[in-house]
Amino acid sequence: MTEVLLKVENLEAWYGESHILHGVDFHVGRGELVTLLGRNGVGKTTTLKSVMGIVGKRTGSVRFENEELVSQPSNVIARKGLAYCPEERGIFSSLNVEENLLLPPAVKPGGLSLEEIYKLFPNLLERRRSQGTKLSGGEQQMLAIGRILRTGASLLLLDEPTEGLAPVIVQRIGEIIRELKARGFTILLVEQNFRFAAAVADRHYIVEDGRVVDMMTAAEVSTNIGKLQAYLGV
Amino acid sequence: MFELLGIPPQALFGQLLLGLINGAFYAMLSLGLAVIFGMLNVINFTHGAQYMMGAFAAWLLLGIFGVPFWVSLVLAPLIVGAFGVVLEKLLLKRIYHLDHLYGFLLTFGLALVIEGLFQWKWGSSGAPYENPIPGGGNLGFMFMPYYRGFVVVAALVICLATWYGIERTRLGAYLRAATENPALVQAFGINVPRLITLTYGLGVGLAALAGVLAAPIQQVSALMGTSLVLVVFAVVVIGGMGSIMGSIVTGFGLGVVEGLTKVFYPPASNTVIFVIMAIVLLIKPAGLFGQTK
Repeated sequence: MTEVLLKVENLEAWYGESHILHGVDFHVGRGELVTLLGRNGVGKTTTLKSVMGIVGKRTGSVRFENEELVSQPSNVIARKGLAYCPEERGIFSSLNVEENLLLPPAVKPGGLSLEEIYKLFPNLLERRRSQGTKLSGGEQQMLAIGRILRTGASLLLLDEPTEGLAPVIVQRIGEIIRELKARGFTILLVEQNFRFAAAVADRHYIVEDGRVVDMMTAAEVSTNIGKLQAYLGV
Repeated sequence: MFELLGIPPQALFGQLLLGLINGAFYAMLSLGLAVIFGMLNVINFTHGAQYMMGAFAAWLLLGIFGVPFWVSLVLAPLIVGAFGVVLEKLLLKRIYHLDHLYGFLLTFGLALVIEGLFQWKWGSSGAPYENPIPGGGNLGFMFMPYYRGFVVVAALVICLATWYGIERTRLGAYLRAATENPALVQAFGINVPRLITLTYGLGVGLAALAGVLAAPIQQVSALMGTSLVLVVFAVVVIGGMGSIMGSIVTGFGLGVVEGLTKVFYPPASNTVIFVIMAIVLLIKPAGLFGQTK
């Protein structure tokens, strides 16, 4: 069995008074690509944010490389080697493309160089002096992913990277995610687009009402397709 | 040409220089306010008091320890900036999540307390500070006191250096990004609360630096910042809240406009900036360089 990189146990989280996560359990092995699947509003994004320390109040356990992170602020968590690509992409309008790419500080050695990132995303090189938010949706998504590859983080948390994108761009994002996995990145992916997720992931966790209710490997998906459709309401 | 307008060149250029000097202070102070507002979302009404503290720090450093002006130019902003850091850590950081009004009340109250304390200790008559570059030169069309020329140049350098630091450096990029989305910047591994504290310290330090530069021109007194800060707020509103270049350009520009008004229609010189503010608010409510959020 591969070494467990991230282990989440009984994770609960709150936004103000609202109790969103009611005890989430899952783990991600080093080099694995794991998805969190589920309907809208079940707590997938909150799970990522809670791992990253962005949610106000959280309890339970988030262990990364056997180190407990649940009580740490997000800047400390990032420095351990986790990088987060938010659902809304979080491109800064006051920064140009290259400034956006250079913004996250390197936290560990071994990150991609700017040249490697431009090789992976040639569009970004062409538009490196453009204002970040002037890019197309697909380019902004590539910028948001490219931005966290420089940092040397080993675990990438990607929140709905295909949302609102044209099929041809979705396909390109899929190729990039596979390439990142091949380069040794561990990826925790939140997705609504199950067909996209099924094509890239090793394992899937199903989230419902702020809990993980099921897990299946990529090999088990085809025999459990009916169950999965019931979970996702598709 | 000047005779045609009925104005002697000495008067015109004299007022222009005075306008530039006032503009230099407007620019430096509104710059600090813009930096603080951009990052903390707090309108720092303590700014005038912190400007006064800069002048007092220089005056006290000279009077008690014999520290010369040029050393105070560095030391006083550091001392007052450190005071700002303490203020942010103890008080301001508790109100970021609240409405602007609370920031206004807190910083306004602090200004009253600080100015009251200085007035109680040192009175309100004011004390002179010796001019570090006495004398002046005849430029042919006007007499230029060296120190005043120095203030204009120094203010320009300070403003442009601040602009460069914010718009062209990595630290400045953190600052701009954290202004937009602090939670995400922190999730990239940057200690945003510390960045906010340092930004406040920087803004306060800028106010204090302006105060040190003002000491040899004005009397060092507890209320020297009160009337100035009113005009500076008008400048900030005209330039646009949070805009760095806007603060610099409008600061100098309005100083000159005020100076020229003194030449051509003196009765309006005290109100011209507020009239411009009203017009700008009617036409472009976000300010000349501001962006509507």
